[in-house]
Amino acid sequence: MAKLESSFKNMLISLFGVTFIASASLGLVNDITKTPIAEAEKAKKNNAIAAVLPGFDHLGETEKILPENCKDSLEIYPGVDKEGQVVGNAIKSYSYKGFSGYIEVMVGFDHEGTISGYKVLKHSETPGLGSKMGTWFSDIQKQNQTIIGKNPSKQNLTVSKDGGDIDGITAATITSRAFLESVNLAYNSLNKIYDGTTSATSQKGGQK
Amino acid sequence: MNQWKNFSKGFIKENPVFILLLGMCPTLGTTGSAINGLGMGLATTFVLVMSNLVISLIKNLIPDKVRIPAFIVVIATFVTIVQMVMQAYLPSLYESLGLFIPLIVVNCIVLGRAEAFASKNSIFSSIIDGVGIGLGFAFALTVLGSVRELLGSGKIFNLNVYPEQYGMLIFILAPGAFIALGFLIAIINRLNKSKA
Repeated sequence: MAKLESSFKNMLISLFGVTFIASASLGLVNDITKTPIAEAEKAKKNNAIAAVLPGFDHLGETEKILPENCKDSLEIYPGVDKEGQVVGNAIKSYSYKGFSGYIEVMVGFDHEGTISGYKVLKHSETPGLGSKMGTWFSDIQKQNQTIIGKNPSKQNLTVSKDGGDIDGITAATITSRAFLESVNLAYNSLNKIYDGTTSATSQKGGQK
Repeated sequence: MNQWKNFSKGFIKENPVFILLLGMCPTLGTTGSAINGLGMGLATTFVLVMSNLVISLIKNLIPDKVRIPAFIVVIATFVTIVQMVMQAYLPSLYESLGLFIPLIVVNCIVLGRAEAFASKNSIFSSIIDGVGIGLGFAFALTVLGSVRELLGSGKIFNLNVYPEQYGMLIFILAPGAFIALGFLIAIINRLNKSKA
């Protein structure tokens, strides 16, 4: 078959044909992958909540809250255990102040507001330095750097350089600050919703 | 063996990374670990084979003056398919490659092969060319990723070789990519020279 000549009509028809087939096939693939993508994201969210709330079985009613002076709202997931008792709240919090921008963290709090666990969901911090935050703050052997088992109403969850009670990650203070900021943001937002049900309402250790 | 030559040139004589130095952005950006390099290489291979196939199939239906936009649409379609399939079935790999998957669209290897090879050759040799160049790219990225992961964190494919604290962090970071790539190119050139 000879090559089509570059006439206006030919160009129009062939480009239309190519784009039409391309968009049709993309629509088809999108249809097929839509459900698995949604399921993968749901499974990821549930895994994150299960990791930060011990005893978690299924989700309660999800709430959203928009903190003051913030762009995005936080999502609050009450975790329910097998007997139907609420074991605590997992909160998806964030900070834009990471060394490479956006950080997203899932933080779990029990009824007293004590941190039961956390999981970093999204970040683009430096590998080997800031990316250590996934493990650094969870090592309960090292009391001066972990946040697990601590309550933001009793301890000042900021890095020790800023006068707080937590040792930041070596050579990644900015990441540590952003991480702790998102934890405090989560705690303060939770407090606003459940004012009185958690033991403390003080804003100590809040955002700086 | 013409087709064998056609296939093997992508590995050594015309290796896109070590010899042609094409597609440097994903090469340097995604090779922080061996598995990321391999995943990126295989995703690119898939796009390369499929776009070579389709472009050589429709090469006579595309008038010369609009060939580049038509090629880009074909390539972008396959990249989007890869992205959606990966997001659905390999979410963890999708997350670590992140931004670099959509960037395959503008990877000059893919458009370069479409323009230089697939639009002039038969369907079969275009597929072979795509497989050869693609696997050559995947091979190069895996080697570079392994070297960087080994020197940077003491692991290969997440298997510990030596304790992590002795690793040289710089190899995981961007400057280490340049350094490691430079040494690898030097070694490949030396090997090619002694053969010739």
